[in-house]
Amino acid sequence: MPQTRRGLASWLLGGGVTASIAAFLYPVLRFMAPPLIAEATVNEVSAGKVQEFKVNAAKIVKFGSTPALLVRLGDNEWRSFSGVCTHLNCTVQYQESSRQIWCACHNGFYDLNGKVVSGPPPRPLEEFTVRVRGDEVVLSRRG
Amino acid sequence: MASLKGKPPLIGWLEERLAFDAIQSFVAHKRVPKHSATMWYYFGGITLFLFGIQVATGILLLLYYRPSAAEAYESVQFIVTRVEFGWLIRSIHSWSGNLMILAAFIHMFSVVFLRSYRRPREITWLSGVGLLGLALGFGFSGYLLPWNTISYFATKVGTDMAAAVPLIGPTLARFLRGGDDVGGATLTRFFGFHVAVLPALTTGLLLVHLFLVQSFGISSPPRVEEQNRASGGPAPEMPFFPNFFLRELMAWYAALAVLGMLAAIFPWELGEKADPFAPAPAGIRPEWYFLAPFYTLKLIPSHVWMFEGELLGLLGFGLLAAWWVTLPFWANDRSGGERTRLLTGTAVVLIAYLATFSALGYWK
Repeated sequence: MPQTRRGLASWLLGGGVTASIAAFLYPVLRFMAPPLIAEATVNEVSAGKVQEFKVNAAKIVKFGSTPALLVRLGDNEWRSFSGVCTHLNCTVQYQESSRQIWCACHNGFYDLNGKVVSGPPPRPLEEFTVRVRGDEVVLSRRG
Repeated sequence: MASLKGKPPLIGWLEERLAFDAIQSFVAHKRVPKHSATMWYYFGGITLFLFGIQVATGILLLLYYRPSAAEAYESVQFIVTRVEFGWLIRSIHSWSGNLMILAAFIHMFSVVFLRSYRRPREITWLSGVGLLGLALGFGFSGYLLPWNTISYFATKVGTDMAAAVPLIGPTLARFLRGGDDVGGATLTRFFGFHVAVLPALTTGLLLVHLFLVQSFGISSPPRVEEQNRASGGPAPEMPFFPNFFLRELMAWYAALAVLGMLAAIFPWELGEKADPFAPAPAGIRPEWYFLAPFYTLKLIPSHVWMFEGELLGLLGFGLLAAWWVTLPFWANDRSGGERTRLLTGTAVVLIAYLATFSALGYWK
């Protein structure tokens, strides 16, 4: 603790200035942090009408805020996966010629069960359940 | 390097590399006149301080603001409702802008009453008036950015006034609006003016203003100069550092306290989102510093003799502004004597006009 009046004054002044700076900086730092926007978790989406999809072709559909890949393999055979590559978040695509799912960013390949065939992806793609209700194709999260 | 002795090594290292010696010797020689009106000298610094707050809070708001008609209102709404302390930052930005213009007006009138515009400070005066004009430009352009009803219609009125200027009016209005009417293009344009064009101009002019203030020093009023001559002794003054600097710092703290109180107790309203196809609601008015001309235009009849009322009003404002800006050039007669009555009379009438018409514009 300061021993003199001048020391006390300096201590109070320095403390006051430090406290002021802290009081100004705190709201500024909090302001700069983007707020967490709670988004409702989507568990099921409609991908479209059956007749919109060709056999051995795929389409990217919106599943909540992320893309999902829907592949039609046959008249009644469908597959759907998260469209987000497990490597570095690029969006994957279906390769009709090789019948594999390909990530163009780093040449990652997945098979039609979502498993990694080659390339850098560390995990398989999350698979969604596909149901056809009437003429509507519905994707839903598993579990 | 005598100054390095007895100091912590880091301070010494920095002093040597940042040429602290030159700054120290400059600051050590700077003096501020000391007399009964010294307090008015603080308002220039307060204006500068509030400008600094505008820059800092403006940069923060840029992190979230989106300058388009579809998103501007929603982004400001997001800032004030969802971002932590967003309401405070926006409120400080709005209040600080208003206080800055108030401080600039006080600074300007104190310069007139203390006769600080006199030779060789004419260009300092002109640069100061220019900075006030830019501050008003900041206010006008920033008012539209939240894209709410009041700001939308106030901008319609403001840009329509520009259209009434003879010869260049329609071109000027189109330039300001970015089209024939106020819309998304105007918002984008005003955003560009507000965050790029005006700051660039202000920085340049501010440097000129501050350089001139440093070059010529702070002026003493004529009566103080006469007293000093009569007494024969040295003119009372104080060192800029630390005496004046610490006092100025206290003034900044006081300004900050007023600003914090206003921003916290009276958070700036956001209002309703602008709807270009809705009728203008009652109570449309500009910011307080434009209220006097706004109310004057309300009072002028549509036609006076063979002239349009609006045109006549603008002509009057133009002449008044020219008279005021050229003040250092007519304030003294040819023999160098001061036209005291004309000068003080002009300033007092102008203050009375601004105060009365602003109040009437606000309340009526």
